[in-house]
Amino acid sequence: MPSPTRSKRFLEIRMPVTRRQRMLSAFGIWAVFFAVWTIAAATGLVNELLVPSPQKVFSATYDLFAARDFASDVLVSITRVVVAFAMACAVAVPLGVMMGTFASVEAIFAPFVSAWRYLPAPSFIPILLMWFGTGEAPKLALLFIGVIFFLITLIMDHTKNVRKELIETALTLGADRYVVVLKVVFPAALPDIVVAMRQMLAMAWTYLVIAEIVASTTGIGAMMMRARRFLKTDEILAGIIVIGALGLLFDLLFAALHRGLFPYLKEKR
Amino acid sequence: MTATLVDISNLSKAFDIGRGQKLQAVQDVSFSVEKNSICVLLGPSGCGKSTILRMIAGLETATEGEIVVGGRKVDGPGRDRGMVFQAYTSFDWLTVRKNVEFGMKINEVPAQERRERAEHFLNLVGLSKFADAYPSQLSGGMRQRVAIARTLANDPEVLLMDEPFGALDAETRWLMQELMIDVAEKTNTTMVIVTHDLEEAIFLADKIVFLSSHPGRLKEEIIPAFKDGARIADKERIVRLEGYGALEEKLMRLMREEGHRDE
Repeated sequence: MPSPTRSKRFLEIRMPVTRRQRMLSAFGIWAVFFAVWTIAAATGLVNELLVPSPQKVFSATYDLFAARDFASDVLVSITRVVVAFAMACAVAVPLGVMMGTFASVEAIFAPFVSAWRYLPAPSFIPILLMWFGTGEAPKLALLFIGVIFFLITLIMDHTKNVRKELIETALTLGADRYVVVLKVVFPAALPDIVVAMRQMLAMAWTYLVIAEIVASTTGIGAMMMRARRFLKTDEILAGIIVIGALGLLFDLLFAALHRGLFPYLKEKR
Repeated sequence: MTATLVDISNLSKAFDIGRGQKLQAVQDVSFSVEKNSICVLLGPSGCGKSTILRMIAGLETATEGEIVVGGRKVDGPGRDRGMVFQAYTSFDWLTVRKNVEFGMKINEVPAQERRERAEHFLNLVGLSKFADAYPSQLSGGMRQRVAIARTLANDPEVLLMDEPFGALDAETRWLMQELMIDVAEKTNTTMVIVTHDLEEAIFLADKIVFLSSHPGRLKEEIIPAFKDGARIADKERIVRLEGYGALEEKLMRLMREEGHRDE
């Protein structure tokens, strides 16, 4: 006879897990990862020169910051991402909102923007180097090209999703076009626009590393390429960890920004 | 005597549905709405009642005919014709109070007056306690009350409502209908209300404009004479009145005829 209360199975379709189980699982997978890494390095299963132990990587990370002024490289990288991303947003937000509101503006820019989305940004590196030389400009340009076209398209789509009734309500309250765009369409689309920014910021980090690996003497990527020349695998891995940590940090900042700017969104009843 | 506020003459609307095809949504409709009265547009789906309302609001353009509101020919939307939709239209990023002040703010009503009027209309729809809440914290019926207060506070000449209570559950709809009678009595607002709900039409209307479907034509103008020219603010009381049943039966028959005609 089957018992009335079936015992709980590990794989239960769409069954939510407790907070405790989620924490344990998350911790567990990382523990396994580091254990395998440590054992593989310690037992000589892998070449220690190519795969240094976790301890070596963490001490290399510490040394980089403590003795080798890695912080200034990190600062250079962060500045590049922030400046290029801010420039992209300064163009993409007004243009995307205009395209999402006015079909006539969309008709002009949409065919142009969507064509550019299919051109991989890194393919512009050689020509950007010829145009802008070796300073900050080609790196900023690569990041800019890499994110702006996706950002414009996403913002346009989110703007189009603003419900027609909201616009019509404003019109019957006496709003003109200017008021409709600035006081209704933009604030209604803003939470989604911030989400789009958050997604594209992750992409900006990707292009940053490409730019710094290919054509830079400063920044996190450049440090990693220098380390490669001296077979310093621990420093290369340290660079990867720092990039990951920064990406996570910026994502958390955007999430906090979203919560701070839109308190009304979490109060759904 | 009573004065006409909304005058609709020979109104037609054909929608372009592609490949040179046209859909005649409204055909040669004429009627008028008296000042301070409640006019209900009733009819089966496809009778063009919402299209007529949207043309009064200026959100659709008429193919033929014209609409005059308060002596001015309608040409595009304006604050003299405020509209409440079936879908929730609260501006989620503004508090209830700021929602109600929105129309006055964009029309440059001074802050002091804005505040007082918002307070007054929030009180009228029973939402004073929720002035500083966000719309997402409110129930569906309360959100519609915000929309009504927001439109009334903007002082329109006529309040247009497109199935405003269609998304609400039965008992809330009932309360909202009673609220509208109360609002009409206290503010003397002229209202044009679109519905397909017979009870709602009989309860609210000083005059029912019944439309037939495909294309939308005026079938009959009906004055609920059994109310004796007075509004009844209590739904339980109105169904007991002599003449209520007969009118409901008549509207049912019209609905059925028109609804089945093109099947």
